[in-house]
Amino acid sequence: MFERALHRIAAPIDGTLLAIVGGVILLGLITLFSASYENPGRLSAQFANLGLAFIVMLVASQIPPQTLMRFAPPAYLVGLLLLIAVALFGDVRNGARRWLNLGVTSIQPSEIMKIAMPLMLAWYFHKREAVLRMHDYAIAALLLAVPTLLIARQPDLGTALLVAAAGCYVIFLAGLSWKVIIGLGASALASLPFLWGMLHDYQRKRILTLLDPGEDPLGAGYHIIQSTIAVGSGGFTGKGWLNGTQTHLEFIPERSTDFIFAVYSEEFGLIGNMLLLTLYLALIARGLVIAANAPTFFSRLLAGAIVLTFFTYAFVNMGMVSGILPVVGVPLPLVSYGGTALVTLSFGIGVLMSVQSNRKLVQT
Amino acid sequence: MKFAEFRNTERDLYLFQVRIGIAGAAVMVAFALLFARFIYLQVIQHDYYHTKAEDNRISIVPITPNRGNIVDRNGVVLARNYSAYTLEIAPGKVADIEKTINELATIIDVRPSDRNRFKRLLIEAKGAETLPIRARLSDEEVARFAANRYRFPGVDIRARLFRQYPFGELASHAMGYIGRINDRDLTWIEEQDLESNYKGTDHIGKTGLEQKYERELHGTTGYEQVEVDAAGRGVRTLSRTAPTAGNNLVLTLDLTLQEVVETAFGNRRGALVAIEPSTGGVLAFVSKPGFDPNLFVDGIDPVSWDELNTSLDRPLNNRALTGVYPPGSTFKPYMALAALETGKRTPSQAIFDPGHFDFGGRRFRDDKVGGHGMVDMYKSIVVSCDTYYYTLANDLGIESISRFIGQFGFGARTGIDMEGEGIGVLPSIEWKTRRFRRPDQQKWYAGETISVGIGQGYNAYTPLQLAVAMATLANNGVMFKPHLVKYIENVNTGERRFVEPQPLKTIPMKQENIDVIKRAMAGVNTEGTGARAFAKAEYTSGGKTGTSQVIAIKAGEKYNESRTAERHRDHALFIAFAPLEAPKIALAVLVENAGFGATAAAPIARMVLDYYLLGKKPVKPAAADEAASDGG
Repeated sequence: MFERALHRIAAPIDGTLLAIVGGVILLGLITLFSASYENPGRLSAQFANLGLAFIVMLVASQIPPQTLMRFAPPAYLVGLLLLIAVALFGDVRNGARRWLNLGVTSIQPSEIMKIAMPLMLAWYFHKREAVLRMHDYAIAALLLAVPTLLIARQPDLGTALLVAAAGCYVIFLAGLSWKVIIGLGASALASLPFLWGMLHDYQRKRILTLLDPGEDPLGAGYHIIQSTIAVGSGGFTGKGWLNGTQTHLEFIPERSTDFIFAVYSEEFGLIGNMLLLTLYLALIARGLVIAANAPTFFSRLLAGAIVLTFFTYAFVNMGMVSGILPVVGVPLPLVSYGGTALVTLSFGIGVLMSVQSNRKLVQT
Repeated sequence: MKFAEFRNTERDLYLFQVRIGIAGAAVMVAFALLFARFIYLQVIQHDYYHTKAEDNRISIVPITPNRGNIVDRNGVVLARNYSAYTLEIAPGKVADIEKTINELATIIDVRPSDRNRFKRLLIEAKGAETLPIRARLSDEEVARFAANRYRFPGVDIRARLFRQYPFGELASHAMGYIGRINDRDLTWIEEQDLESNYKGTDHIGKTGLEQKYERELHGTTGYEQVEVDAAGRGVRTLSRTAPTAGNNLVLTLDLTLQEVVETAFGNRRGALVAIEPSTGGVLAFVSKPGFDPNLFVDGIDPVSWDELNTSLDRPLNNRALTGVYPPGSTFKPYMALAALETGKRTPSQAIFDPGHFDFGGRRFRDDKVGGHGMVDMYKSIVVSCDTYYYTLANDLGIESISRFIGQFGFGARTGIDMEGEGIGVLPSIEWKTRRFRRPDQQKWYAGETISVGIGQGYNAYTPLQLAVAMATLANNGVMFKPHLVKYIENVNTGERRFVEPQPLKTIPMKQENIDVIKRAMAGVNTEGTGARAFAKAEYTSGGKTGTSQVIAIKAGEKYNESRTAERHRDHALFIAFAPLEAPKIALAVLVENAGFGATAAAPIARMVLDYYLLGKKPVKPAAADEAASDGG
C-alpha cells in the first residue's frame, strides 16, 4: 500500500532532469561550502532550503497541467494584488520596497509573478488558440507590462527582467509574427534613450560601470573588478577548492549569493566553468525537448517559458559576474544561497516533470 | 472539420517546434558567448588577473630594525630604545583632523603642546602615512582608546620603539639626536640609495654621532609578506625576512669625566675637549649649555624649539665643534716652538720687557704694567709675557708663523667623526688675499703679525683644534685623527670593528725643542699662571692659560643691557696635558666671557686631570659664580 503510494509519487519524476539538477545542486553545495567558510550556518540553512525545494518540486510534478491551468488566472490575480499591496504598504529594505509583511512572515510577491506570469499568458494563449489574433498579443503584452512595471518600480530590476523575460518567451513561443518582433525590436532600440531616462541613478551607474569599471574602482565598479579578477585568476584548472584567495580574503562581495559564480570560477577554473555550462545546457536541452513534445498549447508554452527563464537566470548571472552584463540581482540558478529563488526554480522544474509525465493524456 | 482541426494542431506543433529550435539556437549562441568570455579571462588574460589577485592578497610590510645603542667607553648607555604606545592619526584617512583631535581629547589627555607638535609634523612630514598625536600612552589610556576605537577611523594605537637619552643634557652635543625624517633627510636617503631600507623608518640622526653614524646605527630593515583581506587586515604571514638591528657604538668618551666637566661648568657657557694623545680618542667632548635631546625624538614642540633657538646662550650651538675663538696666550707654546725650530730664538736667549712693544708708531702693551724685566723662553711661557711674542712674531713674519703653526692643525678641519666641523682662520698673506675683496684690505700689514703672535688678531680656532694641537704637542708631534667612536659592535655577531688610531702625520721637530716647551708648560702649572689651580697636584702636568678678546657682539644677537657687559668680557682659555712623561690626556677648555684663563678655565682642567689620572671627583664646582674673576 505504502509502496504503491510511493511509486505513484515517484512516477512523474523525470530521471534525466533530476540527475542534471542533482549535479548542479551538488556543485552548488561544494561551492557554497567554500564561499561561506566564515558563516558555516549557511550550508545547513541551504540544506533546509533544498529539502523544501525538493518537496515543492515533488508537489508540482504531481499536479497535472490541466489543474495548473485552472489555477493560472487566480494565481496571476493574487500576485498582481499583492504587488499593488507592496507598492502601497510594503516594507522598505535596502532602499527597495519589495517585501510585504504578513504578520507571520514576509513575502516577496514579485517572486510569485515569476511563475504566475508564464502560467497566465500560457493560459490566455491556450484559451485563444483557435482564434488567435493580433489584439490577443496586445492583451498579452498588457498582462505582461503591468506587473513588470510594478516590480521595476520597487525597484527590483533583476526580478522585473526575469518576469518580463518569462512573459516574452510565452508570447514568442505562441507564434508572434516575425514582422512584429522585428518591429518591436526596432522601436525598443529607438526608445532606449527614453528607457535610460526612466532608470534609477544606481541602475544607470551599474550600466556605466560595466562599460568602464575602472572609473569607480572602490564604489560601483568594485563588484565587477573583483569578480573578474576572481574568474581570470582562476585560470584553466582553478586555484583548487577552498583555495580561492579572492573568495577567502573577502574580496568578492555577495560571494555566497549573487556572486557565487566568481567563487566557483576562481576555484575550479575554465574546466569547472565548462562542466557547469554543460550541465545547464543539458538541463535546458532536456527542458526544450519536453516542451517540444508537450501535448497541449498551454503546457508547451509553459514548459518552454520555464526553461528559457531558467536559461535567463544562468546567462544573466554568469554574464554579470564575468563582466559582460550589468550588475542585476539575479542568482545563479540552483547554486546561489537562498530559498526563494530555489523554491521558484524547483517549482518550475516540477512543472516540467509534470508536463513530461502527462504528455500522452490528450491522445488517450 | 475534424481533419482540418487535426492539421491545424499539427501545423501549430510544427510552428512551436521551430520556435523552440530558434530559442535553443539562441541559448547556444549565448552560452558560446559566455564560454568565449571565460577563455578570454581565464586563458588569454590569466596572467594579468593572476597578478591582480596576488596584488590584492599580498602586502609587503617593512619591519623596522632596532637602532643601535650608544655606550661610553665603560659601557654606560647614552642612547637606547624603549617600546611604548603612541596614538597615531593617518591624515589621509581622516576627513576633519581638528575635529578628530578634539574628540580624542575627551578620552585621552592631549595637551596644547601635543597639538602644536602635530601641526608641525603635518607640515614637515608630508606623505607620512601616520603621525603621532600622543606618545607614551599609559596602560589606562590605551585601554580607554581601545574601547572607543570604533569612533575613530584612521586613528590607531601603535607600539613603537623610542629613542631615549637617559642622561638628558649630558654629552648632548656629542650624541646629537634623532628626529622625524623631513624633506632634507629624504633627499639624503635618495642620494645614498637607501629608500628601501628606510621604508617604515620614521626617525633619522640629525646631529652629532646620531647623524654621523646613521648608516651604522640604523640597521637593515626586514620585510614581511602578509596576506591581507579586502579590509586590509593581515590574515597570515607568508614569509618574513628578519630585520638586522643597527650596530652599537662604543665611544672613547668617558661619561663620568664628561659629567665632571659639565658640572664644573655649571651654567657658564663654553667648551672642553679632552683627547688621549696616543690614539686621538676623545675622552670628553663638552659644549655648554647643552640641550635635552629627548625633546627632539617625537618632534619638538614649537615652544621648546623657540626657546632653544632664541636663547642668547645658543644652546644648540656646538661650541666645541663649530665655535671659533682667538686662542689668546695658549698660542704662545706653539710660537716658541716655531722660534726654536726656525732658529730665530734659543731657549736661553732673553729680551728685556719694558711692558710694551712699539711698532710702526703703535704701542703694543703687555698685561703687566712696567713689564716682566728680562725674559727668556721659559719665563715667557710661565708668566705669559706678551712683549716676548710681539718681538718674536715680528722676527718670524706671518708666513713663517702660519707655515709652522698650520702643521698642528690650526685653521683646518681635524677630521673628527662629526658633521659640520668649523674651520676657523689661520692668518696668512694668502688667507687675507682670499678673504677680502678690495686690494687695500687684501694687503697684509706687518703690524697685524704682532697681534697674531699672542694669539689674537685674525686667529680663530675651534676648541677641538686647540685640543688636537695640544695632544699633538704632548705626543711629540705625532698627530692622531680625533674620534669619538672606539669601536662599532655588531649586535648579532658580537664582532667589533675598531676605529684604528690614525696617525695623520708626524711633524718634523727636534725632540730637545719639544722638551723645552713641555718644561716651560710644566713651569706654568708649578710656578706660573696655572700654579694656583694646580697647587698640590699629585702628578706632573703642563699647561698654558689664555684670554681671548671679545671684539663685538655678534650680529643678530639681541641687545640686552644687563647681559651685554658680561658678554663683552674676554673668554678664558686653558690648554693642558698630563702626565709630563708619556701624557695620557691632553685638553683645551674655553669658558666664554669668564675673563682670565687662570681663574676660570684652569680649575676645570685641574678637575679633569684629577679625575682622569687619580679617579678623584671634585667635591664642589670649580667656581661658584659665573663671573669668577676679572683681570687679563
